[in-house]
Amino acid sequence: MEDIEHIPKELQLIDKKGIRLDGRRFNELRPIKIEAGVLKKADGSAYLEWGNNKVLAAVYGPREAHPRHLQDPAKALVQCRYNMAPFSVTERKRPGPDRRSVEISKVISEAFASVVFVEQFPRTSVDIYIEVLQADAGTRCAGLTAASVALADAGIPMRDLVSSCASGKIGGVVALDLNKDEDNFGEADCPMAIVPRTGEIVLLQMDGHLTAHEFDQAMELSINAAKQIYELQRDALRRRYAAVAEAAEQEALREPPPQEAPRETPPDMPEDLPPEVDDL
Amino acid sequence: MTAEVISELMREHIARLAASGKRSDGRGFDEPRKLVVQKNYIKNAEGSARVQLGNTDVLVGVKIDVGEPYPDTPNQGVLSTSAELIPLASPTFESGPPSPTAIELARVVDRGIRESKTVNTEKLCITPKEKVWIMFIDIHALDYDGNLFDAASYGALSALSCAKVPASKIGKEDYPLPLEHWPISVTSAKIGGNVVVDPNLDEERIADARITVTTDENGDIRAMQKGLKGSFNLDEIRAAIRTSQKVGKGLRGIIQRD
Repeated sequence: MEDIEHIPKELQLIDKKGIRLDGRRFNELRPIKIEAGVLKKADGSAYLEWGNNKVLAAVYGPREAHPRHLQDPAKALVQCRYNMAPFSVTERKRPGPDRRSVEISKVISEAFASVVFVEQFPRTSVDIYIEVLQADAGTRCAGLTAASVALADAGIPMRDLVSSCASGKIGGVVALDLNKDEDNFGEADCPMAIVPRTGEIVLLQMDGHLTAHEFDQAMELSINAAKQIYELQRDALRRRYAAVAEAAEQEALREPPPQEAPRETPPDMPEDLPPEVDDL
Repeated sequence: MTAEVISELMREHIARLAASGKRSDGRGFDEPRKLVVQKNYIKNAEGSARVQLGNTDVLVGVKIDVGEPYPDTPNQGVLSTSAELIPLASPTFESGPPSPTAIELARVVDRGIRESKTVNTEKLCITPKEKVWIMFIDIHALDYDGNLFDAASYGALSALSCAKVPASKIGKEDYPLPLEHWPISVTSAKIGGNVVVDPNLDEERIADARITVTTDENGDIRAMQKGLKGSFNLDEIRAAIRTSQKVGKGLRGIIQRD
């Protein structure tokens, strides 16, 4: 359980003027910072800060799916592993998957399955690793948002990015993007993720107490926020590609263009290599 | 889980039926299967129910024991939900530790019951900070013909509704579990462009997306979970909420009565 004793039960999460404990209004996001391409070994990666959340996402693949019996002869698997570092929460979390992280991994995998062009990579797996380094509520949305940038950074063909945000209810008011205290003492939390270009909802969960009308309000807040987040994601990718392009340019200036040597097959090499050479 | 095989013919058949407003078992889009509830099915459990939703068959047992409260809720009883998808129930279930599917099932059922404050957990306190009653809800799938989410959720609510707190164990009188709300989960599946309630196995296998909405007796939403690899638009979600409110009312009556 979280350390929540510093907050009295009757605490006002939102005051008469509609200002929340951290100074935000009901429809305001916490500050978000995204950086793409932060890890060397991964095929794609992203680091994201969202309020006090700190999340890393890495993507490997498409690569041969293991175990083999899971391979789909028609498409790629999208497999996500959401994990919380033991020190990411106030009370140490036992390392390894628990029931919560298994469920979150499942819903995030499913959220990406419809945007990745899985039919282009049969028998493979696109592996997404989300590591929560510091948690302050909303980690699945933060993780999904970072993973989406990491997928794009890995060059995985996708119909669009996926953008994610939660809304909930605090002190009787529907509000965007709850932080830890608001999540603990609020009345409802409803994380969702959309494909911004089409408005399709690919992840939706909710717990707490909302009327159908309040749910509509919450979704409106989340969808608007997801569109803002979408711009931040695109911006992170633009910065990443600008950096890559600049590096390539520098490289080109430094080295003379390589001489194209006539390619000959060495006599002791077979003409046709077997297709499934283990190249890594 | 063993790869599920469904013939392309069946897939096309169900999708074509749905496109013309029909379902393979003749139901309407917002018509759930017949629900049959037998409460107190297991004598040694403090509460139990065997639930048949069409041909889906689930047994749920509630065991209640003395244990320690969580430090942040020192005067409240504890709820814990698990699900086992035993190989007896389906060729696609395998023995071994709980699969992600089983974990999701247990957590969605748990969320509906927990978030609607079904059980007044403050009435399950024995000694604050030391001893409280712990409720273990164990979901056992017996025959899987689609929509375990709802069958398990009805089973859990039915089992809780007839459960007794075994206070005689600590020298007091047994008393019925203090139930205050009746959350009903209603699951819909999207097939092509159509959304049908309470999908049977064939429908579930070809479904693009799934949404479970749990509503209470006031029609308020207490829990939701979208599943599978497809997506919904906002209007489809709103329609699923309305269906849950409407269908839930009828099913709640059956569970309260039996």
